[in-house]
Formats: sequence, C-alpha cells, structure tokens
Amino acid sequence: MDLTKQASAPLYEAMEKFRKKRIVPFDVPGHKRGRGNPELIDLLGERCVGIDVNSMKPLDNLSHPVSVIKEAEELTADAFGAEHAFFIVGGTTQAVQDMVLSVCKSGDEIIVPRNVHKSVLNALILCGATPVYVNTEIDARLGIVLGMTVEQVEEVIVAHPKAVAVLINNPTYYGICSDIKSITDMVHRHGLKVLADEAHGTHLYFGDHLPMNAMEAGADMAAISMHKSGGSLTQSSILLTGNGMNANYVQTIINITQTTSASYLLLTSLDISRRNLALRGRQSFQKVTEWAEYAREEINSIGGYYAYGRELVNGTSVYDFDVTKLCVFTRDIGLDGIEVYDILRDEFDIQIEFGDIGNIMAYISIGDRIQDIERLVGALAEISRIYSKDGKQFEIDRQMLLPEVIKSPQEAFYAAKERRRIHECVGYVSGEFVMAYPPGIPILAPGELVTEDIVDYILYSKEKGCSMQGQEDPSLQTLNVLKER
Amino acid sequence: MEFWFSELHSPHVKFGIRVEKQLFSGQSDYQRIDVFESPEFGKFLTMNGGVIFSEQDCFIYNEMVVHVPMAVHPNVKKVLIIGGGDGGVAMELVQYPSIEEIDVVEQDEMFVDVCREYFPETAEGLEDPRVHMYHVDALRFLRNQKDSYDLIINDATDPFGASEGFFTREFYGSCYKALREDGVLVYQHGSPFYDEDEEACRNMHRKVYHTFPISRVYQAHIPTSPSGYWLFGFASKKYHPLQDFREEEWNARGIHTEYYTTNLHRGAFMLPKYVEELLEEEEDR
Repeated sequence: MDLTKQASAPLYEAMEKFRKKRIVPFDVPGHKRGRGNPELIDLLGERCVGIDVNSMKPLDNLSHPVSVIKEAEELTADAFGAEHAFFIVGGTTQAVQDMVLSVCKSGDEIIVPRNVHKSVLNALILCGATPVYVNTEIDARLGIVLGMTVEQVEEVIVAHPKAVAVLINNPTYYGICSDIKSITDMVHRHGLKVLADEAHGTHLYFGDHLPMNAMEAGADMAAISMHKSGGSLTQSSILLTGNGMNANYVQTIINITQTTSASYLLLTSLDISRRNLALRGRQSFQKVTEWAEYAREEINSIGGYYAYGRELVNGTSVYDFDVTKLCVFTRDIGLDGIEVYDILRDEFDIQIEFGDIGNIMAYISIGDRIQDIERLVGALAEISRIYSKDGKQFEIDRQMLLPEVIKSPQEAFYAAKERRRIHECVGYVSGEFVMAYPPGIPILAPGELVTEDIVDYILYSKEKGCSMQGQEDPSLQTLNVLKER
Repeated sequence: MEFWFSELHSPHVKFGIRVEKQLFSGQSDYQRIDVFESPEFGKFLTMNGGVIFSEQDCFIYNEMVVHVPMAVHPNVKKVLIIGGGDGGVAMELVQYPSIEEIDVVEQDEMFVDVCREYFPETAEGLEDPRVHMYHVDALRFLRNQKDSYDLIINDATDPFGASEGFFTREFYGSCYKALREDGVLVYQHGSPFYDEDEEACRNMHRKVYHTFPISRVYQAHIPTSPSGYWLFGFASKKYHPLQDFREEEWNARGIHTEYYTTNLHRGAFMLPKYVEELLEEEEDR
C-alpha cells in the first residue's frame, strides 16, 4: 500500500470542487439541491442534499469509470491488496450477488456453508446454479455454526464434479474464521474459484492481530461491507477481485445488477472511508480490539454470561477468531439471547446488533466510546441481577439443520406451488425462504425438503420472538411448497 | 468591554453572564472545560459550554444534595459521591463527624486539577482524611459494589454529555445494588421547564421510580440552571423523606448552612402542579 497516494481522495476532492462551482442544475435529481423539497433540507441539511447529484463528466460514472471513480477504485484496490476494486451502492447483498453471478451459470454447483447469507441463495435463483452445503460443525454449547475445514471442503469438491466455486464466510457473523489460506490453496489445486463473503470482515484488512483477509489468502473475489466496520454510509460496499478474475467481465455483471443512478453520497463515503482506513485503520481497530477485549473480560466477571473469545480457536473448525466481535452466550442466566436483546432495547435504551436463541452480539466499532461500553456492561449486570433464572438447557443440534436440496433454487422458485398448513408440508419441497431474524440465516430455502425437525425449529424460533421473514404467510400457519412431491 | 459568556438553555432561550476574563480553557479526555471570572457570579466553571457551578450559587445544590438525606437517614457512615470532583459536596459532608468514609468517583482528572487550582476553597472538601478519590468510570466502580453504602449522591448534572451514562436505568440499578438495605440515593434531577429538559426529567423519574420502592422529587432555586429552577431526586430503599424526617435531631447537630433549613426541607417536596403531573404520568408508565 502506497501511503502517500492513500492520503488523497479523488472522488471526495472532485465533489468539493463541484460544490464550490455552484453549477446550475438542469439535470436530475429533480429536487435541485433540495430547493424543490424543503423538508429534505430540514431533515438532511443543505450540504447533504447539495451533493446528491447524478453522474456527470467531472464526477465520472460508476458503470463505466474513467476518471475520479476509477482512481478512487484503484486506491481502494491498493489499500485492500486486491487486483481490482469495484464500488457498490446496492449493499453487500449486491456485491455477493455479483460474485456469484461472475462465476456460476445455470447447471453449475457452488459449494457453500449452511450459514450462508440469503443474498447468495437469491443469486442462485437468478443464475440457476445449485448450492451444495458443507456439513460444518456446530458448537454444541453456544449453538453457533463453526468454520469449514479443508478436509470437509475437499470431500465435497471430489463428490461434486459440477462445482465451480467455493464460498467462505470470513468471518461469520459470530467472528468464526475458517483456514481460508489452506482452503483457498486446495480449492485452486482443484481448479475452482474461491469467493469470500467478508460482510463482517472489512477490518481484517487493517488489523495487526486479526484473522487473515481473503485477498491475502489468495481468494478470487471478496464482498466487503465497508458500511459495517469500515465506517461508510449504509448500503455502500466494495467488491474486490484477485488476479484470477477478468475485471471487465465482472464490471459487466455488476452493471446488470447495479443502478445507473448511483448515489454520490454513498460513493463519496466509500472514498473517504478508504482513505481513513488506509491512514488510520490500524490504530482505530487496535482500539476497537482493546475495547472488545475489555468488555469481554468485564462481562465474564459478572458471572453467568459467557463472552467468548480466542479460547474457541482449535486449529480446525475454529481456525481463527475475530476478537472485535463481542458475542455473549446468555442461556446460563436462564434467558434467551433474543430476550436479553429485547430487554436491552426496551428497558435500557441500548440497541445491539442481534440476539438469537443462545447469544447476543454487540457491534463494537470505530464510532464507540468507552462510556457507552460501560453502559452496556452495566446493563448486562443489571439484567442478570433482576431477571436471571436457572440456566436453560440448550437443544442445540436443532439450531443448524443441514437441508436436503431436491431442486435448484431457480427451478423451485418458478415451479407450480401450493399453500399447505405447515404441519402438512413435511415431505414436500419448499417453494420459499423461511428465515429467522436475527441472524438472517435461512432455515428453509426454495428447493429444499421440508422435514419434521425443520417445522419444529421454525415454530420454536417464531415462539421465541425472532422476526420470521422471507415467507409469504407472516403468521407461518402455512408454507408454500411445490405441488410435485 | 462587552464580554459575555452565553449558553443556550433551550434552542430559543439564551442565558448570558458578563465575563471579566477567561481563566482557563482545556480539553480533557471527556469534555471541554472552561473557567471564567464574572462580576455577578464570581468564578464559574463550564463543561462543553454549559455552566456546572459558580462561586455564587453552588452552595444551594451542595447543601440540598447533602442535608436533605442527612436529615432523614439516621445512621450514615459510608457515602459515595459520583462526580463531585470539585469537592463542594464533600465539603458539606465532612461537617458530619458521624460519617466515617466518603468515596468520590470522578473520572475526569483534569476536572479535579482545574477545580483545585481555581476553586481551592471548595476543593478543600477533598482534603479531609475520610475522603478517597477514584478516577474510574462510575458504572465500572459500581459494578463491584454490593451492600456497601448508606448514601450515594450523584453529583453529575448533564444527561446529554459525558455523564449521560449516569442517568440510565443501569446506573440507578447499580446504585440500588451498591446501597445497604436502608440506603438512600440522591441525584440531580434536572430542570423541568424547557421542552428537552422536561423529557430528560421524565425519563429519569420513570427509571428511578421503577427501581426503588420510594422515589420522591424535591426542588430548589438555582440562578445559573435552566430557567433558574432545579430538581433533585430522593430514591430510597426504606426511609421516606418526609415521614422519616428527623427534624429535631438534625437541628441539634448545629450544622452551618446558608440555604437549607428544616422548614425548607418540607417545602422543597411541595412541587408545582405541572411538575407533580408530569412525574405522576411517568409513574404510571
């Protein structure tokens, strides 16, 4: 990384220049610097609406970058150690879809862990490829999905000659990392591509003692949520490619899924954030790491809670752990994670990232303050003092049910379907998604066999207060299944 | 010379103090601290642009947060002051020989240093051998305290600034845990008059009311506070501030005051109707 060059922010500088020129707009957007919609100015401020503009010569064009966006993308590639970087304004969901669409086509298979984000499965509906799930281990106590091992992935590759790529979560939502380097080397020996979902891993590129990032491991593509740990605006994201990819083809794919009116607020925030990370990222994430470790220690000393960390690392299914993820197992105080999540918000005015059945996760980032971390720890101590009950037994093996894929997601999505009462769906093929939020991992996806265990798990998650999404019937009394059994 | 300090008490109301000179300006890890010299209020200290105390009116709340609980709780031996790095509250407390230990938790060392330099008379309260100062976050300090204090005084005033963590349910709950079975918590309850202050005031009462069995609010007139009107909270596990009031005992102690009297004690709990109403509304939530 060239630090002198990283000190510049070409798109940001072009925006500043543009703002000072006071160009008269006879182009879109029609609010014309907010004048046509004064409430927008009240809400967002004049500066913000004043730079909500469309692509034009001095500001380049995202779908065919030649000047300032191109330079900003080149600097980003340099900062992340990638061959090429693409700015994305449709969220990391879009970046993930573009990764998948860049390597798969109808009839192909793609190897994924079950705790894959729904954006991957949605991309398969678009392109017609079929997922092959790796049977990853689950931590029986915590109820979280662990990483993939080299052997597990290789076994699946050998059994599935139609597979063209392997997707790796780096890290998972819970901070679990697979041995991405060895997996990548092995997958490449078999001639397949490696895609990394780094929605929760931007900081891995700027930390001294953090797990290895995908580009360093030699992965072919990585989807980076700059707006999560990177500090850019919500919905802005980055797609990175390594030297095994044709950047022009990837740009073509991106242009299929991306808007032709990309927001300059989002794009500029990517440019500024990249500069910030390149220049100050290491210090910032050092601080984040210290805060997370401090909070972990304090939470563990309350008693009853288990804020897990590097002690989970075992060299195989937990090859590495991202210590910036502050996850806490809550069942030993007799409360589900989702219950603690709700109490924190409703009674203590603290919004955390997610609560699932056994865990909560508090997102620690460059925007935190130590006094807020004290509040979080204090609130957890209070919840334990006021609400703790006998520890709950955790029926863990139900958490991750490896589905049997009967049809490709695309076939199932477009097949003739019928609505059946949920208990009568056992033995049928699902025609829709059922996801529990948080953490947004599919319990059922189109093309998968509905089993008794899956139905039980859906109803259990619903009863526990998870927001159930993806399915057509919000009450979940019925499911959409394929007519044909 | 027209040299004025001004502070917005609401987005539409500005409070001004003519200043003779600025004595100090600095940025600590937590806040910006300034000290001014003024003809009307003497020296006064501000944090992030808001007045924290002035030489002329600080006696009012120092007395009100100390003597009100001391005239109710019969046997205060161990006291915790949250904030209070200026020493004003400690100064009132050291007048009671029966108190054995006073812990002061003030995270901001710069604040203590500035008070020692510019307000040495007030800071003298910190020199008493019974006083121990801790420079840590109060929530962190409280987490390790259980059944340890007879009286906790939260001297932090600003629910929107660096001390916002001391106006939260986790804070009040931690205080409850740190107090002995008959312990009392007294805290700055803000000003109920302007809109945004009213909301903070409501939130505080709701959180405390649902944490402590007894939760009453009392008032004082403090010229530098928003609208000149200020409330305090009296939260208690056992003693009621009026039913368990030990008027004669307190008067027999012969403590010197300039604001507090046992007559005023009763009156302070008699609130205007609009304040009573807003507090009652929160009690039902």
